[in-house]
Amino acid sequence: MIWIAIRMLTGDPQKFFGLVFGIAFSTLLITQQLTIFVNLLERGASGVYNVSSADVWVMDPVSRTTDVAYAMPSTALDKVRGVPGVEWAVPHIRANASVRTKDGDLEGVAVIGVDDATLIGLPKNMIEGSVDVLSQPDSVIIDDVGTTRMFPDASPIGERLELNDQRAVIRGIADAIPSFTSTVVLYTKYSNALNFVPGTRNRLSFVLVGKADGLTSQELVDRIEAETGLRARTREQFARDGVDFIIENTGIPLNFGITVALGFIVGVAIVGLTFSLFIRDNIKQFGALKAIGVTNGTIRKMVAAQAGLVGLIGYGLGVLGTVGFIYAFSANPTFKGFYIPWQIPLISLVAVTLILALTGWLALRNVLKTEPASVFR
Amino acid sequence: MSGPAISTRGVTRDFKAGQQTITVLHGIDLDVKAGELTFLVGESGSGKTTLISIMCGILWPTLGEVEVFGTDIYDLSDDDLVEFRLQNIGFIFQQYNLIPSIDAASNAAVPLIAQGMDRHEAREKAAAMLEKLNIGDQAGKLPNQLSGGQQQRVAIARALVHEPRLVVCDEPTAALDAASGRRVMDLLREVAVAEDRACIIVTHDNRIFDMADRILVLEDGKVTHDGEHMPEDH
Repeated sequence: MIWIAIRMLTGDPQKFFGLVFGIAFSTLLITQQLTIFVNLLERGASGVYNVSSADVWVMDPVSRTTDVAYAMPSTALDKVRGVPGVEWAVPHIRANASVRTKDGDLEGVAVIGVDDATLIGLPKNMIEGSVDVLSQPDSVIIDDVGTTRMFPDASPIGERLELNDQRAVIRGIADAIPSFTSTVVLYTKYSNALNFVPGTRNRLSFVLVGKADGLTSQELVDRIEAETGLRARTREQFARDGVDFIIENTGIPLNFGITVALGFIVGVAIVGLTFSLFIRDNIKQFGALKAIGVTNGTIRKMVAAQAGLVGLIGYGLGVLGTVGFIYAFSANPTFKGFYIPWQIPLISLVAVTLILALTGWLALRNVLKTEPASVFR
Repeated sequence: MSGPAISTRGVTRDFKAGQQTITVLHGIDLDVKAGELTFLVGESGSGKTTLISIMCGILWPTLGEVEVFGTDIYDLSDDDLVEFRLQNIGFIFQQYNLIPSIDAASNAAVPLIAQGMDRHEAREKAAAMLEKLNIGDQAGKLPNQLSGGQQQRVAIARALVHEPRLVVCDEPTAALDAASGRRVMDLLREVAVAEDRACIIVTHDNRIFDMADRILVLEDGKVTHDGEHMPEDH
């Protein structure tokens, strides 16, 4: 009987493709929007992910994320270095600045100053040039977002910038995870950064710390906080802080939530309507089957098989569509590094199952309510 | 075969229409024998559809008992009644109610598939039945590729393929001209009437009354005539 159910469904191509389209569209909307949402949220932690070698971030007690930081006096570095279990500690500065290109365009940038000696704080990989270029005077390394945004047609290597009234020369391109706002980032040595960004008494944004062997990051965090009075976070905690900040301070979760809900509602509407029409068109056949001796249990299985087939094809197409979308835009820095976490297809699957269960149940009610005797009327 | 194929005793059926209760059947007592072509005749609204629905186990009577081949069918559980229909009753609907997206042989095989028979085996048996009904060459066609008469034969094949003991046929000649109607009735007599099988035809087509072995006339929910021929005043 399952075979008959499937043939009943596929024998009406208009409704079959309508149902598949409804599920595929819902899956695409839910999966794609959730994927963008999660990846955008993770951009809140990009500043932490770009510095792979630091086990612990130390900051002023009021600082919240890599982008929302209150500067500390330079003595904080010595305090941290004095804590037992600290293998190494280096200064890290993050500040906003304005640059003027040679064409006269103005662009807001983030300047990141990394330790002069070790260069800890730079992204792990370079797209062009070497990290050693920072030893040359006025050198900066630009991230790939900056390259695309400021120099879309030519290589930025060798380009001079007016950075807060100081001369800066681009000598390398870093392979960095873009920030939440896709701000252009210029990496330079800590000593250079102090010149590039407007001065205040305290300039040190963070102290990056490596832990000694035999100690967990959390243990070191506890020690640093106890002995210095500063705020310390493990790499994972600080990454999470960046994500939480976006969740708490932007309308993004609500906006994406609305889109995902719309995906669900549109799915219910399209699939529900088409399924009801399909059942209505076949109600005489279902009535005949019931009269002949097909049980309600078998009818339920038939409708479930129809819903299952539509769900399987529609869901597969929707997820494939999302994969295609991510692949097609992977070269765009805005979508750089985007991936589909395994939980998202699972959430879509649950949503699709709910849509089909709800619409299938509504459609099935009509069939189950149909009296076999109605076929004689 | 001893005893009637179908026996109804005191069958009454009420329907609710708003606050009113309308009694459609008034204590019907009748016996239908196997091996006969029995016509259930009456005007629209006489209760013949209600009676036939009750006789074949798809509509519960308000009162009374119905025995089909010795089984009190309304004493069965819901599931057992459905199974009883599947094993023992063949239906030929006025609108045929074929499934449009499966071919003629598969349509005819539906009762066997519902009984759990392998689809290919069921289809083979159904194709043989279509052959018997002279439309074996149409077995692979979809219903919309068949003429009305061919669709009706597919419906007849579906009613007989599982060798039921009771065949119920609703207005088989309603949409046919006189000659086609008689050909269908000849066919039904040939394939549906058997010594151990009861065949009931619901009709109000007076062009075929002479082909019945027995005619039951229903008026206002009561059997007013039971004989081999129609009464002269009809």
